[in-house]
Amino acid sequence: MKVYLDNHSATKIDDLVLEEMLPYLKDNYGNAQSLHELGQKAKEAIDIARERVSKLINCSPQEIIFTSCGSEANNLAIKGSIMLNNNTNSKHIIVSSIEHLSVLYSAKRMKQLFGIEYSLLPVDSYGVVKLDELKNLLREDTILVSVQLANPEIGTIQPIKYIAEIIREFNNQRKNKQIKTLLHTDAVAACGIIDVDVQQLGVDMLSLAGSQFYGPKGAAALFLKKGTKIVPQIDGGIQEDGRRAGTENVACIVGLGKAAEIAKNHLEENFQKMIKLRDKIIHDVPQKIQYVYLNGHPVNRLPNNINFSFEFIEGESILLLLNQKGIYVTSGSACTSKALKLSHVLEAIGVDAAVAQGSVTFTLSKYTTDEEVEYLLKELPPIIERLRSLSPLYSYFLKTGKRMQAGPGTDYEDDHSHINKEMI
Amino acid sequence: MSQYSEKVMEHFMNPKNVGEIPDADGIGTVGNPVCGDLMTFYIKISSDGKTIEDVKYKTFGCGAAIAVSSMVSEMAKGKTIDEVLKFTREMVAENLGGLPPQKMHCSNLGVDALHKAIEDYLTKKKIHPLLCKCPFCDKDLPCAEIMECEKCEKQITKCPYCGKLVEFKETCSNCGKKIR
Repeated sequence: MKVYLDNHSATKIDDLVLEEMLPYLKDNYGNAQSLHELGQKAKEAIDIARERVSKLINCSPQEIIFTSCGSEANNLAIKGSIMLNNNTNSKHIIVSSIEHLSVLYSAKRMKQLFGIEYSLLPVDSYGVVKLDELKNLLREDTILVSVQLANPEIGTIQPIKYIAEIIREFNNQRKNKQIKTLLHTDAVAACGIIDVDVQQLGVDMLSLAGSQFYGPKGAAALFLKKGTKIVPQIDGGIQEDGRRAGTENVACIVGLGKAAEIAKNHLEENFQKMIKLRDKIIHDVPQKIQYVYLNGHPVNRLPNNINFSFEFIEGESILLLLNQKGIYVTSGSACTSKALKLSHVLEAIGVDAAVAQGSVTFTLSKYTTDEEVEYLLKELPPIIERLRSLSPLYSYFLKTGKRMQAGPGTDYEDDHSHINKEMI
Repeated sequence: MSQYSEKVMEHFMNPKNVGEIPDADGIGTVGNPVCGDLMTFYIKISSDGKTIEDVKYKTFGCGAAIAVSSMVSEMAKGKTIDEVLKFTREMVAENLGGLPPQKMHCSNLGVDALHKAIEDYLTKKKIHPLLCKCPFCDKDLPCAEIMECEKCEKQITKCPYCGKLVEFKETCSNCGKKIR
């Protein structure tokens, strides 16, 4: 049995999506900017896709800019709005401490290049941003706040609506009316999974990616509210109204559009299906396994996200053994990451560094079945037990009833010098 | 999972010699749970004090850490202390058909833990560690963390990374790692 539970990394493409894409990989290969019939066919297909994506998040089609991936949409939002303000005295932005690295590194790059200051908005132990802190961090020269709608690792959904209200109030009361603080939300993990309505959220920019909701990799979008200006990050042509040059990836954009349409039509149905399975796993795993902790918000979380820390063992080992059983997951442990760094998200919510090593993210999809969840629930406990039987931390705990204190440690600073360990 | 060799996966899936020795002659722990790898080695030494009769271990860590522990235990069983002290991390990695570069130093701790267990045994027994040879003049020196070779007027130490006896300077002359 193959059980794919890594749906925040990528989803299985919907058959209907693929079907709709294929003509644009074969016969309709024209460039959407060409004036002849083949070009116009491509252009029309992109227009339909734009319409469908705009319906998914309740905006107008002109407010959608297609990009190649979620990271590009995030880069465009952050760098594009900062560069627009670069000649003014506005040099401050706020990002939450658990943002995707495309947001965090964009902020860092802007600091390097333009001396932009950024503040990290802290989160509580559930990963919810601290709204009071936001009020304290907002400054006269703050041009942008970026907070993700939902976290892909721990699933916590942020109170974006309230953040938008705080910012609106701040903009109304600020002295210098020339500046307006914009709100961007990275909705890559949320869009197509939960109801996302930009009018209700009150955001100026929003990133989404089709690969998260059964569309292809290679097409994503940035919602840019009418009247909001940004500096393009790819110059060269008139595509996307001059806001993102480059020959359109027609087939993938068509796929994104179809995926958006399907997601919109089946949102509630998929939501109910996944949340039932999610809650079964969240309920049953701690019944079968001791010393396991749920990370993220217990209620305000994505319907497809489960993140557990299994104490006394390490995530990559769990991942490898699950892989042997045909169960595919991801882990936030240091060993799993190529940079040998513990997940910054788990660090930010204050999970003990040793316990966080045993963290595993399970993400469901609309294709996940009851049988697959039963299979996971059957295979997981012996794997955890097996690794604990190997673990010196567990045997120490069994003998003494105490957790082994972190020792003097081994400093491998030099050995990792080839890896960019710089983190915000 | 292509990042690991077949040999690594074999030892990870079926680790040899797992466990603890209740009346161990020496115990050595290396690593830190915060780093994601920690291993404890237990050894039993023959009555003549020369041979490692039994090795067991417990390991917290990734696939590489578990495979390394298993491999080290197999390599050490039945060997003399003298031979085992010559084991290096590179030898372990080689026997495992290679390790991904990022795992070479953080997960490849088995030899260090085993050496620590031997150290523990030697300290407990108050047996003077075996003789080490000065790498410059081949003179026998009583093994210690830092040894003085009077003939060469040099301080000698064993590099914790590559295991070679080298002059005690800022960096190891063999592998270039910081040792001071």
